[in-house]
Amino acid sequence: MSGIATLGNRLYRGEASYDIVGRKRLWYIISGVVLAISIITLGARGLNLGIEFKGGAEFTVPVKNATTASVAQAREAVKAAKAEASNVTIVGGDKVRIQTQTVTTNVSNAIGTSLAASFGVSVNDIKVQLVGPSWGSEVSKNAAKALLVFLILVALFLSLYFEWPMALAGLVALAHDVLITVGIYALSGFEVTPATVIGFLTILGYSLYDTVVVFDKVKENTKNIASGSRMTYSEAANLALNQTLVRSINTSIVALLPVLSILVVGVVLLGAGTLNDLALALFVGMLVGTYSSIFIATPILAYVKERSVEMQSLAKRVANRREKAGIDGAEFIVPVASVVTPAGPRQQRVKRPRSSR
Amino acid sequence: MAKHYRPSKSLIILALSIIGLLIWALLPGNSHAPKLGLDLRGGTQVILSPTAADNKTVTADQLAQTIRIIRQRVDGFGVAESQVTTQGSGANAKIIVTIPGKTDRSVVDQLKTTAVLNFRAVVAVDSGSPIPTPSPSVSGKKGVKITPAKATPKPSVNPLRLVPPIQSKSITKAFAENFTALDCAQSTILEGGKIDDPTKFLITCSKDGAAKYILTPAALSGADVQSATATLPTQGAGGWQVDLTMTTKGAKAFAEVTKGLYTQKAPQNQLAIALDGLVVSAPRINEPILGGNAQITGSFTPEEAKNLAEVLKYGALPVSLAVDEVQQISPTLGNDQLRAGLLAGLFGLILVILYLLLYYRALGVVAVLSLIVAALMSYLIFVILGNQIHFTMTLAGIAGAIVAIGITADSFIVYFERLRDELREGKRLRSAVDHGWARARRTILAADFVSLLAAVVLYYLSVGSVRGFAFTLGLTTVIDVFVAFLFTRPLVYRLAESKWMNAGSSMTGVSPVRLGVTSSTEVAN
Repeated sequence: MSGIATLGNRLYRGEASYDIVGRKRLWYIISGVVLAISIITLGARGLNLGIEFKGGAEFTVPVKNATTASVAQAREAVKAAKAEASNVTIVGGDKVRIQTQTVTTNVSNAIGTSLAASFGVSVNDIKVQLVGPSWGSEVSKNAAKALLVFLILVALFLSLYFEWPMALAGLVALAHDVLITVGIYALSGFEVTPATVIGFLTILGYSLYDTVVVFDKVKENTKNIASGSRMTYSEAANLALNQTLVRSINTSIVALLPVLSILVVGVVLLGAGTLNDLALALFVGMLVGTYSSIFIATPILAYVKERSVEMQSLAKRVANRREKAGIDGAEFIVPVASVVTPAGPRQQRVKRPRSSR
Repeated sequence: MAKHYRPSKSLIILALSIIGLLIWALLPGNSHAPKLGLDLRGGTQVILSPTAADNKTVTADQLAQTIRIIRQRVDGFGVAESQVTTQGSGANAKIIVTIPGKTDRSVVDQLKTTAVLNFRAVVAVDSGSPIPTPSPSVSGKKGVKITPAKATPKPSVNPLRLVPPIQSKSITKAFAENFTALDCAQSTILEGGKIDDPTKFLITCSKDGAAKYILTPAALSGADVQSATATLPTQGAGGWQVDLTMTTKGAKAFAEVTKGLYTQKAPQNQLAIALDGLVVSAPRINEPILGGNAQITGSFTPEEAKNLAEVLKYGALPVSLAVDEVQQISPTLGNDQLRAGLLAGLFGLILVILYLLLYYRALGVVAVLSLIVAALMSYLIFVILGNQIHFTMTLAGIAGAIVAIGITADSFIVYFERLRDELREGKRLRSAVDHGWARARRTILAADFVSLLAAVVLYYLSVGSVRGFAFTLGLTTVIDVFVAFLFTRPLVYRLAESKWMNAGSSMTGVSPVRLGVTSSTEVAN
């Protein structure tokens, strides 16, 4: 703990600093490779869609001791009802889950009765889910619509509250997070259910939430920056990143702890279902989201901003100034009268020498 | 702003809001726990998508009538807290039926069955329960209103368990005995939704179970009705009535029937309007109605007249229903899921609390208290919404709330980190608390706004479980802002006034030494 705390102090003053923006090529390559893998697997393997998307019937039968024998038994029972089980799995050690193609309610009733008789349970204890083939496509259509509307609104909000380069960088990071998360689902073959889709959609909000906090600090640090000549935009952005690093780590830990708890409790107590589907998507998405708000969003922002005439001339001024300055770059300067929070490490050192840490 | 800030005012506002919520949530007669969704208590949920017969978009009127009919059927199951709701409109409209606790396989079939409207002549009528209701009369365009016939109350004989529909090709002795034995209050007839054969005689009850009837095979069907409207005639003190217009084919058949009926003795001069096999109304025919226009008069309330008109107009479900999704969950499984959800929430909360305490020490205590206040407020609001708008807590909703723990805690983290940044700048605690807040406030608002935006968009563009999740996420985001402004901030402000916090103990979480500001004289008050 104290390790992080001390690190926080040094990061804040710029004594310890990770050059994240400067090493953007490395992050781009890492993300690019992961993205490429994601997209290729997505194209080649596709997602393992749950019956909510394909249409079909699902029966969950409570069994005292589910073994491989139960699987065969379930298949037989379904066959006895003149239907075919497409998939039979044991869930959580005490449930057998049977999936079939789309069936009529009559056939589904017959399957339920047959399963109940075979396993010696009451028909009413069997969980049944019938899904019409159109349902899933509608869920996805709505999700896509939600995504589009959300993106437009967020782009507007970020452009107004911040500026358009920030909106752009935020949205790129967002696309990055969702693509990688979906890619991980394609790669691992985890089933995609409506709960998973909820998870994906939540990542949208979370990923941007995280980015907004970092950008707010960048905005603060770069206010009036163009009128000075101390730091380039990239450097100011990098300082902001470092200053919010502790927050980013803490936030991620605090956000991931409950999700992890859902995941563990879900696996131990339920085996599978809404909770796990949701938590898994969130877990993956939040990790990627934290990564992207630090390593992708800000470097892209810096790149876009540095292309502007204003920031390029600033970069030139900063370079000139550093050339003129001494070898260690130390100098006395007039404090900048603005809200720029860190008056700068060098300046502080002049004002208030620190004996020890 | 710092000069005029009065923390006690914020705290009082918060305390009053919580007390208000508490009183509202604990009002007598209300449930004191959030309403649980189907996945947490077991039951059946069916999502139906209506399509108009001619592939036109479903009108709001049609949808309302469909829902009324479905609700009537669901009420017939006799399960408390059953719900029939709609989502979306036009081509995207969905009807969501939830029947908690009931997992019968026949439920779905009964729901999507198209309601059938038939006109059947009355053969015999008797009271279905002790108090008979007067039946309205039907008259021709210029007809005279006749007072309703008295139905002779007679106690029902040994109720047999008759399985509806009770039908026969002709009126046999056994059939007549069925009629005598029928007790509307005890039969499953009132559950409705049983498909009857229009070519056979039918024994049935009125919708409210007050009367029972033997009816002839159907003379006309709902398809023969062109329009029906509830009107209040300007002249005459007739009260509300229903104007009925038949189709050309219907008018002919209607003329035939009424010609035959008006000479009959009561009750055989009555023409029953049966919806889903249950008699909605059985007006008397006073004279042959030849033009295809009729009025049904009686002592209708405006609501009754409107309902009758709608039944006549849309008799058969105005739309066809496709089953999108059926979910049947046993109460045992529901209970398991609830337990797992709560346990996950509890563990998550404990882990977050431990982390906050370890990392932020005294400030961590503030954060934990804030989390508890937020959790309390969320719980109360879920209870209130459950009572007020039938908001139900689903597993996805619980997951949303658990995820919100992290997002709520983050607001405090943002604030505390800002506060510590200010201290690192060498500010005194008091001024750091103010400046840190001024900066953190903006960030918290901006970040929470994005989170809320996501929740709102999700809520409006989704159905089912996604909605429950979006709702809890949105609500908890708003509560987060509320708590951060009215609880966390004033509490930190008060703490900053205490000697102990300023003394710089490492337990405070704001120790200047630990934050790397060494000269302790600067922070002493």
